[in-house]
Amino acid sequence: MEFDIGIFVQQLVNPSYLYGAFLSVAVAVLALVLATAVGFAVALGRTSQSRIAQGAAGFYTWFFRAIPALLVLLIIWNALPQLFPVLRQEWFSPFIAAFIGLGIVEAAFMAEIIRSALLSIDEGQNLAGRALGMSPAKVMVKVVLPQAIRIALPPTGNEFIGLVKFSSLASVISLQELLTTAQVGVNITFRYAEYYAAAIIYYLIIVSLLTLLQNYVEKKFLWTSRSKPKKPSTLEPIGQGVHA
Amino acid sequence: MSHEPQPTEAKVWTPADPVLQVRNLHKSYQDQHVLRGVEFDIHQGQVKAVLGPSGSGKSTMLRLMALLEPANDGEILLRGQRLGVRQRGTTTVPLPERELAKERRDIGMVFQKFNLFPHLSACRNVMLGLTSVQNIPAKEAEERAMAMLERVGLSHRAGHYPSELSGGQQQRVAIARALVMNPSVLLFDEPTSALDPELVGEVLDVMEGLANDGMTMIVVTHEVRFARRVADQVTLFDSGVIVEQASPDEFFDNPQHQRTRKFLSHVH
Ligand SMILES: Nc1ncnc2c1ncn2[C@@H]1O[C@H](COP(=O)(O)OP(=O)(O)OP(=O)(O)O)[C@@H](O)[C@H]1O
Ligand SMILES: [Mg+2]
Repeated sequence: MEFDIGIFVQQLVNPSYLYGAFLSVAVAVLALVLATAVGFAVALGRTSQSRIAQGAAGFYTWFFRAIPALLVLLIIWNALPQLFPVLRQEWFSPFIAAFIGLGIVEAAFMAEIIRSALLSIDEGQNLAGRALGMSPAKVMVKVVLPQAIRIALPPTGNEFIGLVKFSSLASVISLQELLTTAQVGVNITFRYAEYYAAAIIYYLIIVSLLTLLQNYVEKKFLWTSRSKPKKPSTLEPIGQGVHA
Repeated sequence: MSHEPQPTEAKVWTPADPVLQVRNLHKSYQDQHVLRGVEFDIHQGQVKAVLGPSGSGKSTMLRLMALLEPANDGEILLRGQRLGVRQRGTTTVPLPERELAKERRDIGMVFQKFNLFPHLSACRNVMLGLTSVQNIPAKEAEERAMAMLERVGLSHRAGHYPSELSGGQQQRVAIARALVMNPSVLLFDEPTSALDPELVGEVLDVMEGLANDGMTMIVVTHEVRFARRVADQVTLFDSGVIVEQASPDEFFDNPQHQRTRKFLSHVH
């Protein structure tokens, strides 16, 4: 059997691949949003004075770093609906189960990234903010977070790319994401090479676009007057982008 | 370290009284007794220079006065009002962080390492306190920030980020950032120690200008000539207590304490 360019191109423009790619990226985006929110809370817990918060946050990190993401997805999709009737309803789709499952696992890793970013900010920044009369929350939002985001961005980009690939795990809970789409096609036609090659192209395109996006966002955090030549005023928004 | 009844609280404050009073201030870290009963007054418009060897507790004293850390004992009074604590029944308890934040607005602090916010332009650095603490609209805050940058001679650098400014310029922005809040007292912790020698003068000039404009300032410094020329009062701090407190001429030409003479022989 030879590599059939015709089948390959046909699959490349096949709407079901595009839809599968969309699902993969959408699951990854929502999982990252959830992981960042939960991870931030866990990071605050781990750096807090309270023993209880430290313990709870430490347990979370320990637990979800140990459990395979695949197992978490299976539990959320198969086990939890048996225990909680509300999860047997229509709205609880594989898509929702997938992004929640990947998000809570990823949160354990995001928590470490966020924690080390927060710890890397010089204590003098906190002192200067407090000396101005800013409340602890204001110091966090206006002074510490914009600086921590810059530090957390590169590793978060890596995690995001990882999540796009991990979204293929959701095939076990019958989500028609990119890799499942390829696999389903293969099961009917046995044209392994052509279908997998199409999937490769899609993953390459997705990750390339994400890398471009990451470079663009990181440029926004360069903090030099030269990086923003268009704006004559000093009034660019505080801590541009991302968290706004 | 017991709490005796404090007579200072009963009196009514008048502008003739010291604007800031420090009484019997104590601070310990673990088993290290860093401040051992610091006492002084400063009147409106006065400049107090604080000299003293490394590790004697000068920075600690400023952090306590800026309400960045709680004292173990003693009191700080601004216009006769005790800072950092409130009365609960018969005992005094430390204020919660949110309340402390409000009291801090009245006391400005300039740090040895500037501590400018690197993600904000010079103008934004100066504006942040106005917009986020005093809730002043951005436009008005920008005007006031620009006026303050003008005063420290940096309006042409308003759009620059801290990484694009020299150390002397950064410290002048930091002074503008503290000044724009209109504090009653401005505290300086070795404001020129982190600077290259050729950049020290521009910062001291700005500070001298503030002193001439009537700003109340406490300046921890090693700049003896600045202390002699600008200060109204010079203080020697050692091992957590004030050893000598006098006018510049008295302090440098006729010190009363052996400890001061020894210190001056090292710095001259
Ligand atoms: N947060 C802290 N925790 C523990 N010890 C501290 C802390 N801050 C200061 N100290 C100790 O308190 C003592 C006084 O420190 P401080 O920084 O106030 O001295 P200083 O007079 O400002 O010295 P320098 O001229 O070197 O700045 C030092 O021995 C220091 O180690
Ligand atoms: Mg010091």
